[in-house]
Amino acid sequence: MSRELTKATPSMKASKTSIVTRTTPALDFGRAWDYAPAPEASDHVKIARRYELFIGGTWRAPKSGKYFATYSPSTEQKLAEVADADARDVDDAVRAARHAFDKYWSKMRGAERAKYIFRISRAIQEKARELAIVESMDGGKPIKESRDVDVPLAAAHFFYHAGWADKLDYAFHGRRVRPLGVAGQIIPWNVPLLMAAWKIAPALACGNTVVLKPAETTPLTALLLAQILQECELPPGVVNIITGAGATGAALAGHPDVNKVAFTGSTDVGKKIQRAIAGSKKRLTLELGGKAANIIFADASIDQAVEGIVSGIYFNQGHVCCAGSRLLVEESVHDLVVHKLRDRVATLRVGDPLDKNTDVGAINSKMQLDRITELVAAGVAEGAERYTAPCKLPSKGFFFAPTFFTGVSQSSRIAREEIFGPVLSILTFRTPDEAVEKANNTMYGLSAGIWTDKGAKIFWLSQKLKAGVIWGNTYNKFDPSSPFGGYKESGFGREGGRQGLGAYLEVE
Amino acid sequence: MQHQVAVKRAPDGASLRAVTERSTPNDNGGAPALSRFGASARPAPYPLFYPPPPPVDQVSIEERVAALAKRSIKKSAKVQGLRLAVAMMDLTTLEGKDTAGKVRALCRKAMTPLDTDPTIGPCAAICVYPNLVPVAKRALAGSTVKVASVATAFPSGQSPLPVKLDDVRRAVELGADEIDMVIDRGAMLSGDYAKVFDEIAATKEACGAAHLKVILETGELGSYDVVRKASEIAIAAGGDFIKTSTGKVVPAATPAVTLVMLQAIADHYYATGRKIGMKPAGGVRTAKQALHYLVIVKETLGDAWLTPDLFRFGASALLNDVLMQLEKERTGAYQASEDFSKD
Repeated sequence: MSRELTKATPSMKASKTSIVTRTTPALDFGRAWDYAPAPEASDHVKIARRYELFIGGTWRAPKSGKYFATYSPSTEQKLAEVADADARDVDDAVRAARHAFDKYWSKMRGAERAKYIFRISRAIQEKARELAIVESMDGGKPIKESRDVDVPLAAAHFFYHAGWADKLDYAFHGRRVRPLGVAGQIIPWNVPLLMAAWKIAPALACGNTVVLKPAETTPLTALLLAQILQECELPPGVVNIITGAGATGAALAGHPDVNKVAFTGSTDVGKKIQRAIAGSKKRLTLELGGKAANIIFADASIDQAVEGIVSGIYFNQGHVCCAGSRLLVEESVHDLVVHKLRDRVATLRVGDPLDKNTDVGAINSKMQLDRITELVAAGVAEGAERYTAPCKLPSKGFFFAPTFFTGVSQSSRIAREEIFGPVLSILTFRTPDEAVEKANNTMYGLSAGIWTDKGAKIFWLSQKLKAGVIWGNTYNKFDPSSPFGGYKESGFGREGGRQGLGAYLEVE
Repeated sequence: MQHQVAVKRAPDGASLRAVTERSTPNDNGGAPALSRFGASARPAPYPLFYPPPPPVDQVSIEERVAALAKRSIKKSAKVQGLRLAVAMMDLTTLEGKDTAGKVRALCRKAMTPLDTDPTIGPCAAICVYPNLVPVAKRALAGSTVKVASVATAFPSGQSPLPVKLDDVRRAVELGADEIDMVIDRGAMLSGDYAKVFDEIAATKEACGAAHLKVILETGELGSYDVVRKASEIAIAAGGDFIKTSTGKVVPAATPAVTLVMLQAIADHYYATGRKIGMKPAGGVRTAKQALHYLVIVKETLGDAWLTPDLFRFGASALLNDVLMQLEKERTGAYQASEDFSKD
């Protein structure tokens, strides 16, 4: 092993923690005691062979009669067929939503709406296990994340917003509010169920009705949510869930009777939507890409910062718009941080998303895997030094080993473009001012992380960073009471918290 | 009064102040200077108090150990882990009512933890008070089980240094292979780090060939930052192992405090290549807890530490629960607790 220490010599020099040399020994994370496979049992989970469209409280076949398959990215096996909604189906769904808005939902007292929303929250909790398993099968994320993060947070979003439903008159300091009407919501594949909850819960609490389109690679949990809504006896048409690809989304965003469009996804598609609805009276919120700076100061607790780097970029395979994908490290601790990170990344367990010990699951699709592979190749071509965890990847499915680059410059593609995968770019800075300058030197502005033992530094930086969400000594922590959203090309509008209500209300 | 070379070198106001302030008659209970016991003659392995230890983030430490508690250890991994836990156990009895009979029974248990399956065990060591070292030594003759003795006025450590060192020397003379010492927590908390260091260094010297485990008594130290600092001092002063607790103070070992100490061990390894051992003691009672600790070690320090040479459990009640789980894995059913000898 090249990094093995040849001779253990305690010396004055060695004690300076900031010095890491070629002879600094590495820890060996091998298989002396390996964990046996611990797969979450999935045999009791029922996935239908085929799913129709959920419109007006009933399941309807698509007008075109067309279906498409959704695959498990970890096994490449077909899980189910889902309906491909065209413009006619979108029209039906919007009509159902309009009818429900006019007939019941906008007239219902807030306290009554709250009862339904609470009921949905409880039903999600009751079916948490099933939802988590399906989420991991359809999307590839490790079961420990879908079980401990996605599903509980989805329930929490409904729970939180149920509480707002009868208090909207007090949310904006004496100003009266009224719902917007029909919300067309288009959500991405990285956190499918959570994103559905994130969109539906505030819309319902504020008295709007919904047409939701999940991503074409991960429609299943949204369809299970439709079943839950049905069991909760939500009035027909209040929430309609239609599946399809880009054309379906475009038809939904462009439908003349939609009052509000909420989109989470790529910046490119966000721009198209904004162009398409320009000139209309539709309200719009966009939550788009990111290239977050995760800033580590020399005075930080380095071991904990390394944990933060890992949860920042390898959580959900890096398929997170707010991922801490650009690491800015104070130069004096760069070598130490990289050395420790290398050892930490070696402990990550990559593989079967349903295994309870898996830390990094499958890449969501072949297309995304290709994009990650291409950008990593670009990083290597640009001269950055690549490190990839020495893990064995499964022979089937789409996997990418956790990777990071050192020696990245501000101008590199891997420092500017969103990779949306388990790939970290490491850059350095010398002074706090330089950290701010580099952190803000991006077209995105969704999130940032700051690691320092000094509270004052966190407050100072948080005022300077152009990012919607800033984490201090932690990363990728979400809560329904905390507004989330971006600056610049990361979009506009806030979701969650009191601020998030504004996106679904007319404030008079 | 002469003091540690390393202390004088430290550019740390508190330590320098300690040098002058400690020239009082009742220092060390009025005993002669530390130099008499060989402490000041040796330079420190490296400067102790500069740079200061890195800050420890409590939230993050506790989050990390909670995440590691979710590792699912099943089937072959469980059996392997539990067998390892038995081999890492320092079977302990530290009571005023300890007798030769009690210690002999415990020694027998350490050598053959489960009479129906001789492939399980033996345990790493028996841990007793100095008076019972000869009994244990005789009972364990011919086996690989080591005899560890607590010393240095265990558990409080509130005695003059000569008494503590005498305690150590006599335990070693009586045959102890390993010495479990306690640090001076009063000195640690009052900022007299030099005293803490010097006493450990002197104890190490008094140990001779015996292995030294340094008990920090983390339950009395109050914060992870102090635990981290005490770990660094214990390692620098020559401890072969660092150990959480005496078992006489609550809380004793916790996963979080163990992780803080393991991080200090990792940093020392990065800096010097020297491997320091770790012993959580007290409060580890179930097989599930033991596996959690092993997971923390595996994912913090890696394979090299998964051996009794570098990781021990100090426990009295743990062994039977581990055996019960092992029997359950073997037979598929839980046995009654009466099926396991209670020594």
